[in-house]
Amino acid sequence: MDIPYTVTARPDTGLYNGKLGIWLFLASEVMLFGALFSSYLLLRVGAEVWPRGETILNIPMAFLNTVILISSSVTMVLAWASLKMNQFQKARWCLIGTFLLASGFLVVKFFEYSEKFAHGLAPKTNTFLAIYFTLTGLHGLHVVGGMVVMAFLFGPGAKMWRVAPERYTNRVEITGLYWHFVDLVWIFLFPVLYLL
Amino acid sequence: MIQRLLGLPIVASEHGPQLDFYTALVHLLMLALFLGWGAYFVFALHRFSAKRHPRADYYGTKSKFGKQSEIVVGIIEVLFLVGFAFPAWAIRVNAFPPESEATVVRVIGEQFAWNVHYPGADGKFGRTDIKLVDANNPLGLDRRDPDAKDDITTINQLSLPIDKPVIVHLSSKDVIHSFGLPYFRVKQDAIPGMTIPVWFKPTMLTPEGESWEIACSQLCGLGHYRMRGFITIMTPDKFAGWLKEQAAAQ
Amino acid sequence: MQPIPIIGAYLSAANAPGGVMLPEFYNQLGAMHGTIMVFMGVVPLAVGGFGNFVMPLQIGAPDMAFPRINMASYWAYFVGGVVMLASFFLPGGAANSGWTSYVPLAVTATVGQTWWLLGMVLLITSSLLGSLNFIVTIFQLRAPGLTFMRLPIFVWLQLVTAYLLLLAFPPLEAAAVLQLMDRVAGTSFFLPSGLVVSGQILGNSGGGNPLLWQHLFWFLAHPEVYVLILPAMGIVAEVLANNIRKPLWGYKPVVYSAIFLGFMSFVVWAHHMFLTGMGTTMSAFFQTTTMIISIPSVVILTSLFLSLWGASIRFTTPMLFALAFLPMFGIGGLTGLPLGLAPTDIHLHDTYYVIGHFHYVVAPGTLFALFAGIYYWFPKATGRYMNELLGKIHFWGSFVCINIVFFPMFIQGLAGMNRRLYDGGIQYAHAQTAAKWNMPMGHAAFALWAFQLFFIFNFFWSIKKGRRSPSNAWDATTLEWAAAPSPPPHGNFPEPPVVYREAYEYSVPGHPRDFTPQNEPETKRDK
Ligand code: HEA
Ligand code: HEA
Ligand code: CUA
Ligand SMILES: [Cu+2]
Repeated sequence: MDIPYTVTARPDTGLYNGKLGIWLFLASEVMLFGALFSSYLLLRVGAEVWPRGETILNIPMAFLNTVILISSSVTMVLAWASLKMNQFQKARWCLIGTFLLASGFLVVKFFEYSEKFAHGLAPKTNTFLAIYFTLTGLHGLHVVGGMVVMAFLFGPGAKMWRVAPERYTNRVEITGLYWHFVDLVWIFLFPVLYLL
Repeated sequence: MIQRLLGLPIVASEHGPQLDFYTALVHLLMLALFLGWGAYFVFALHRFSAKRHPRADYYGTKSKFGKQSEIVVGIIEVLFLVGFAFPAWAIRVNAFPPESEATVVRVIGEQFAWNVHYPGADGKFGRTDIKLVDANNPLGLDRRDPDAKDDITTINQLSLPIDKPVIVHLSSKDVIHSFGLPYFRVKQDAIPGMTIPVWFKPTMLTPEGESWEIACSQLCGLGHYRMRGFITIMTPDKFAGWLKEQAAAQ
Repeated sequence: MQPIPIIGAYLSAANAPGGVMLPEFYNQLGAMHGTIMVFMGVVPLAVGGFGNFVMPLQIGAPDMAFPRINMASYWAYFVGGVVMLASFFLPGGAANSGWTSYVPLAVTATVGQTWWLLGMVLLITSSLLGSLNFIVTIFQLRAPGLTFMRLPIFVWLQLVTAYLLLLAFPPLEAAAVLQLMDRVAGTSFFLPSGLVVSGQILGNSGGGNPLLWQHLFWFLAHPEVYVLILPAMGIVAEVLANNIRKPLWGYKPVVYSAIFLGFMSFVVWAHHMFLTGMGTTMSAFFQTTTMIISIPSVVILTSLFLSLWGASIRFTTPMLFALAFLPMFGIGGLTGLPLGLAPTDIHLHDTYYVIGHFHYVVAPGTLFALFAGIYYWFPKATGRYMNELLGKIHFWGSFVCINIVFFPMFIQGLAGMNRRLYDGGIQYAHAQTAAKWNMPMGHAAFALWAFQLFFIFNFFWSIKKGRRSPSNAWDATTLEWAAAPSPPPHGNFPEPPVVYREAYEYSVPGHPRDFTPQNEPETKRDK
């Protein structure tokens, strides 16, 4: 007996296995970042002084990164849409685009971090910077994770297109869902850390 | 009576007997439930063993007993909550007596001792500063502060007069400790970075030659097991004498 | 103080010179006992073990939905376990701040704590992957005809458990990351300003909050205790249904109660924190939710009790363990009530009463249920029964000893004897009478271990020499027995099963046999 519903949706749940899996995974991610955001709130409310993000952090850079991530979400959707329309080459270009945008995000982040360290600002300087580095660091790890998956789908994983195109399309869709979540987390992080 | 059966220790505070009464009441409920269901259980195991009852009855019991017993348990729990738990807790954490009518002390936990700080004759606590902390001055009390001149500090010895409310301002220097007074039904975590007040009213004198204890009730490191302080309840006269003695020794 | 008998001689001089344990070592053992039992013992066994083996069989699935994620989960668990155990050999030993790892103590503790945190992150990852797999499997791979209301109770409770794991573990992961930052990156998430540790002013930036850790920890750890009990209740329900030879009483109430329990378990966490300076509103909220959450447990237990009425009870070894679970969990659960009322918790908090409370639910509760499960599903996994006589010796010995170990804890707790005391409280005048119990309890604990030898021997002996069992070893109705051979082959079922009826159709009137398997097609008799 093979495992059913790996590719097609089960009629009564309307989902294939991987899609349900990724939604559940994202639910747990919501709890993870939710806990960290709550910690941020509690620490901030309890603090005597709390620096405004804009006085320490570089807003233009973060804004640039927001644009980069949103664009990468668009290219990710395009990759999936192209596969749905059977345009494999186009999808590959979109995957590369997403990957490059993600790398761009990390490069900008790298400059931001080194600027902080150059000024002697480290996680241990104060609680604001501590939560800033923890949250953005964890988010950065999620970006890296996404990039690894994209690299796989572009490289060795792409062989699946020839044998099981539908399954490959599903994989790209799932990666896309994850990627939108990573994007969404950043869209929360940006105002919370930089603007408020 | 049932308090005795439960093996609760001596009770030496005003609010203690009430808490004990409710502890006993909750245990009575528990006992009733346990014995009730237990009797049923034993009976059912006996009556419906395969030997005595070879063919099971597909439908089982039709009685409403299950639902009724669940509702009764629910109602009793509500009664406990509103009849006792909410008001008793409100008294513990809100109904503080005015400081002027109470003995006010600070108790600061550290690994592994209880520092007790009395305000002295002026009734005012002196300033403390962690930079002044050393072996001889575990509280970091600034003796140059006028309010601190007459302050009294002791280690692991909390003496209190009887029949007068006590307010303890509780904190810690390092890790979390817990200020547990088993004979007074008082327990409160001492948390660094926070000062938490607790109050109670001692109603029994510590018998001569006995020592009542402050038991640290939160794991605080290797010496947690020996973080034992003493609490002594005295007549007001004796307490005044004790304070004088301590003041002289500072 | 006396040296530990027998074992003492084998302990290293660094931990226990002359066989007398040092406080350092005691604290390590305490913290690691809690962690290992909960995160590396019961969860992997009840969820990872039974869940993985029995659940797919019960729903008629060939395997878990994601076999590779299953492997990943297993390896994360393995590495996490190795990290945890290896930490005993670090300088300063393993984590020693309790399984609760309260800060600031844990932040200032020895390096073992860092390993504990890393180990926890891995174990949490393992549980997350596992639970995701469980939920997808239950939703997607149910056999045709197996609607939700036909699922065996065990599957239902695994489903609720998986949700708890999925949603409660991430906050602990977040908390572990923050504590790791405090320990290695010098941050102060949990450290307030102005700490003086062993006479030294701590050079941290300050501004953190020690209670934040407790909130994050208990937000996980309360749902976690239901993770420990729900699969156990599931096993008990299966074994009970099979051995009473009639349908369980109140299937639906049990299912709804379990779901409700799952929801409620996210809003009771601060009942572990009543004495951290909680005001009236917060305490009223958490006392109320705590009382509310006891109701579904009462409903579940009541259903199981009432199921006995009209039964035809077979006292097999698994049934003995399952039956013992009921009153034992009753004692553990009932003693949760005085802890859940804040004013009575004042005296009982952090005493042996708490230790007694939760050991009654986890040891003669969950552990007994796990034993029941092992005896019950052993023939499924091996095609052989375990020995009944050895099983009964194991049961009665364990049952008597475990009560001698844990019941006196209530007496000690009521007398005010604190937990986590290296010397068992003998210094304290108020604990003198209660401390007398330490000796008999200690002996009973040794005897308890001795009785486990019967189990271990029985287990391995029966694999090779046990009495052969038919594939439906207990005349059961659920799919794992009715449709799969023992042991199940790769892919579990020779042909995909189809389900026609509810889970526990025992002693159906008009049927010749006293059990009607779920996959038995409808006949005229059913009308
Ligand atoms: C499996 C684990 C498990 C389970 C199921 C429970 C169940 C419950 N627990 Fe427990 N608890 C723990 C594990 C568990 N607990 C652990 C590990 C700790 C300590 C952690 C630490 O500090 O290290 C703890 C600590 C703990 C505390 C904190 C105490 C303190 O530190 O001061 C509290 C307080 O409210 C509490 C309450 C409850 C309540 C109200 C329930 C309720 O859900 C119980 C509901 C059940 C019933 C009410 C029984 C119903 C049965 C009948 C009515 C029938 C009776 C029939 C017969 C007896 C024949 N628990
Ligand atoms: C699941 C949880 C669990 C279980 C099962 C146990 C089981 C036992 N526990 Fe534990 N305990 C905890 C969780 C658990 N405990 C926790 C969380 C703490 C708090 C830690 C802290 O303070 O931070 C604690 C603390 C604790 C203390 C208090 C320490 C202190 O405060 O100073 C004591 C003292 O007696 C104790 C004793 C025991 C005993 C005698 C058993 C016995 O029941 C053990 C008996 C063993 C068996 C019956 C066999 C076990 C099973 C197997 C070997 C597997 C069988 C093999 C196969 C299936 C193949 N425990
Ligand atoms: Cu201080 Cu325990
Ligand atoms: Cu709890």
